Amino acid sequence: MSRTPLDTVEHAAATPDVELPWAELGLKKDEYERVVEILGRRPTGAELAMYSVMWSEHCSYKSSKVHLRQFGEKAPESDAMLVGIGENAGVVDVGQGYAVTFKVESHNHPSYVEPYQGAATGVGGIVRDIIAMGARPVAVVDPLRFGAADHPDTKRVLPGVVAGIGGYGNCLGLPNIGGEVVFDACYQGNPLVNAGAIGVMRHEDIHLAKASGAGNKVILYGARTGGDGIGGASILASETFDDAKPSKRPAVQVGDPFQEKLLIECTLEAFAEKLVVGIQDLGAAGLSCATSELASNGSGGMRVTLDDVPLRDSTLSPEEILMSESQERMCAVVEPEKVDRFLEICEKWDVIATVIGEVTDGDRLEIYWHGGKIVDVDPRTVAHEGPVYERPYARPEWQDALQADDANKLPRPQSAEELRAQVLKLVASPNQASKKWITQQYDHFVQGNTVLAMPEDSGMIRVDEETGLGVALATDGNGRYAKLDPYAGAQLALAEAYRNVATTGAKPLAVSDCLNFGSPEDPAVMWQFAEAVRGLADGCLQLGTPVTGGNVSLYNQTGEAAIHPTPVVAVLGVIDDVARRTPVAFQEEGQLLYLLGDTREEFGGSAWSQVVHDHLGGLPPKVDLERERLLAEILISASRDGMIDSAHDLSDGGLVQAVVESALLSGKGARLVVPDGLDAFTFLLSESAGRAIVAVPRSEEVRFTDMCGARGLPATRVGVVDGDTVEVQGEFALPLAELREAHEATIPALLA
Amino acid sequence: MTARIGVVTFPGSLDDRDTQRAIRLAGAEPVALWHKDKDLKQVDAVVLCGGFSYGDYLRAGAIARFSPVMDTLVDQARAGLPVLGICNGFQILTEAHLLPGAMLGNDHLHFICRDQKLRVENAETAWTADYTAGQEIHIPLKNMDGRYVADEYTLDELEAEGRVAFRYLDVNPNGSLRDIAGVTNEAGNVVGLMPHPEHATEPLIGTGRTDGLPFFTSILKKLVTA
Amino acid sequence: MARVVVDVMLKPEILDPQGQAVQRALPRLGFEGISDVRQGKRFELEVDGPVDEAALARIHDLAESFLANTVIEDFTVKVEEVAEAAK
Repeated sequence: MSRTPLDTVEHAAATPDVELPWAELGLKKDEYERVVEILGRRPTGAELAMYSVMWSEHCSYKSSKVHLRQFGEKAPESDAMLVGIGENAGVVDVGQGYAVTFKVESHNHPSYVEPYQGAATGVGGIVRDIIAMGARPVAVVDPLRFGAADHPDTKRVLPGVVAGIGGYGNCLGLPNIGGEVVFDACYQGNPLVNAGAIGVMRHEDIHLAKASGAGNKVILYGARTGGDGIGGASILASETFDDAKPSKRPAVQVGDPFQEKLLIECTLEAFAEKLVVGIQDLGAAGLSCATSELASNGSGGMRVTLDDVPLRDSTLSPEEILMSESQERMCAVVEPEKVDRFLEICEKWDVIATVIGEVTDGDRLEIYWHGGKIVDVDPRTVAHEGPVYERPYARPEWQDALQADDANKLPRPQSAEELRAQVLKLVASPNQASKKWITQQYDHFVQGNTVLAMPEDSGMIRVDEETGLGVALATDGNGRYAKLDPYAGAQLALAEAYRNVATTGAKPLAVSDCLNFGSPEDPAVMWQFAEAVRGLADGCLQLGTPVTGGNVSLYNQTGEAAIHPTPVVAVLGVIDDVARRTPVAFQEEGQLLYLLGDTREEFGGSAWSQVVHDHLGGLPPKVDLERERLLAEILISASRDGMIDSAHDLSDGGLVQAVVESALLSGKGARLVVPDGLDAFTFLLSESAGRAIVAVPRSEEVRFTDMCGARGLPATRVGVVDGDTVEVQGEFALPLAELREAHEATIPALLA
Repeated sequence: MTARIGVVTFPGSLDDRDTQRAIRLAGAEPVALWHKDKDLKQVDAVVLCGGFSYGDYLRAGAIARFSPVMDTLVDQARAGLPVLGICNGFQILTEAHLLPGAMLGNDHLHFICRDQKLRVENAETAWTADYTAGQEIHIPLKNMDGRYVADEYTLDELEAEGRVAFRYLDVNPNGSLRDIAGVTNEAGNVVGLMPHPEHATEPLIGTGRTDGLPFFTSILKKLVTA
Repeated sequence: MARVVVDVMLKPEILDPQGQAVQRALPRLGFEGISDVRQGKRFELEVDGPVDEAALARIHDLAESFLANTVIEDFTVKVEEVAEAAK
């Protein structure tokens, strides 16, 4: 790739007519013209590489930005927010001097191409975002979506993704405490591999991605730079790859979790000695991103000598070095007198570290190669002032017909036997079945602070051994609901994650999101996106939980067919003492089961409509966020005051799914009575939101019902923990053994 | 007085801080040891903890066994220093030939993390005296390369000498020969097992059981009464 | 009967952490002068019948679609003579 002569800034100025491959690098004509206008000349090859990768959809959010602004504009007042949107990850105050950072990101397209490495490097990337804030990573979660469970390609993609997440996360020593696995034919060519991570630090340890102080050194440390994923950010993550034949596929990044583990320890040691002024991880767009973001967020400029970057492949051109997405690299800004100590710590951990440049007085980012200046730009124009599109959007014409196709009118079971058979089929269906075969490939125990892990409603990690302070995280999303109504679907995802956190006894504090959609160039998809963002922003405002950051993944589609709009929402909560956490499993026979909330006939988008009728239509369950807030308050109070011993949120699959899970986890059955005013079918299978089922010790019944009554939350006694069947009086009984076989055999049979 | 128990950190060790916590919970003093350091800081016993030392590249434990710290450790273990190898630590001990046999990839080829039932077969080692022989316990298991193998002669010898320290019950999670979960050397000072006792020391955490704590109280009692 | 050997190696441009870890350990063990190590997989296929062009083509397909992940790996196929005495 070497060119003669070197395409320096000087050379570019002198040769204005040289044609550059801007289209191949993913830039549109007007975007290229803007680069020329900004620079006042044609860009050099290296500059073009930087602009093209940083102005890609993946890095610049150019299609989504105008909508995402609502998260800031509608942000609720929150004392908890320490660092908001725009940094590597948001940071929240959880009390006692601790701060928690968390974020969810997508690694969808790479995981389809190479499931193991795609998923593994997804974990690696999100974990580096957490370290870059100054925090020790303490847990990961993985919301996953695949094509139909029985499709042959799912058997290729899913085991690879699961092994990759396990192979990387387990090797880093991070407990995997939550997430989801959902199957739907709409994800056939576009699996969604989202990865979330949580980190903990003291308030004073928060670090930011900025390069300040002229003379400070820029140190690149971690793995050597190779040809991994060159152009990946602009091509792989931004355009569909329908036509990608094996030979055309771009190089895949390979992860080295061992290197990342060393990077974590060495970075935390450098933080502890206060050696770091600013820090940025290298992910999508590699050095292009790290240098331009550090420089544009700081007070000065930056000068980098690319010859000093340690290479794995000595034939790389400067453009390739700038675009390389080699994993396990970070960039730190360090005061000159602290450089030696920083390098010493890296040496201790066998991490390669090299000074590649320094912060300058000016406001330019200048990059040199073989003595020539090949980049001379205002870093803000690269990192922050990329194109912004007001993509046209329009409610698709099929939306009315979809909503009119009412699931409540589907034929319902006509007898107790038929209802029993449908319940059994439901709990055995891939989406409702036990995911143990998957989750047991992840380490839940490492670090010795895991209080709750899947299949609990949310994962929970102890933060302080002395006081018992802990944090909880739940991720949820339901693409079927969002397809029926993207605004309501996004709010239902938020409501469910919020409820899941509260069900375990933690107080919801803040939100991160991963917004997975089809092509923004399709007005129908863009409408779904706009509606989902509006719904989420309105919902967060109402619940008082600010969005601290997140990720947008577009172009998840094959040909004209987009995935269901799938906003995945993560809610972080805090609990003062993890000893008060509420598990899903029933604890003691004889405890009373109370259904909290209102149950209506709501089957649009339900698991029942999918499993029994292969149907998607009608409206999703009604959203009532004030009710969600009240329910959460009751669940948290009841946990704190010892009024409930187990609790489970009701969502897809309805009440019967929740009861079956609580029963199977504990080996204790339940006798249920259909309450007055409801039929058995609606009672068991409706998916009305804002509900949970709790087990109340008899000694606490009066206190608990008085509290619900006083606060105005409907609480209906619906049964008792008892026996070795799940029995619905007057209807049917399902022995736990039969339920267990149905619930636990499905996934291994399909995938093992 | 209390005992000082060293925990070695190799690059890629994961459960070092958890193991130090377990030692503290048992009432002993944990001492951090570093793989590049030949010095064992005069500790009374050493735990090689779980993790993926050197990424478990080549073979699990194969690169770690050549660390400077292992030179000293092998000599002192042969001279009687109590050493416990957990998971990756067990793998390192077999690679270093302080314990017989070797560890291969799980027979089902997947990482497995589960609450594992075990039987304590030998309650006379330095690390198991607080159990009773035949006691059934639950300890978390989590590994990729947990399949214990040795030749028939060695297995027979281990059985005959009572050196199978732990056996898997109910489920053999990785295809280990004769359901072996852990073994001891002849002298009973060096013990290795795949499950993680340090993850079963607090009632609220992990599986919520404390079946692993006796490992650490056993060694403490032995050391303070010695 | 004949043996066909398929060697699968990561493509040169793909990071090989396993090989790197081995390479870094070598100086400590006193093995100097080895500048790079890459780790691969070797498959030995015992083939019934003659290893003619058609059989090799099938094995090539097998290697391309199954044994190797051609997104990140290269492979070579070679026929190995099985000594008569070994049968």
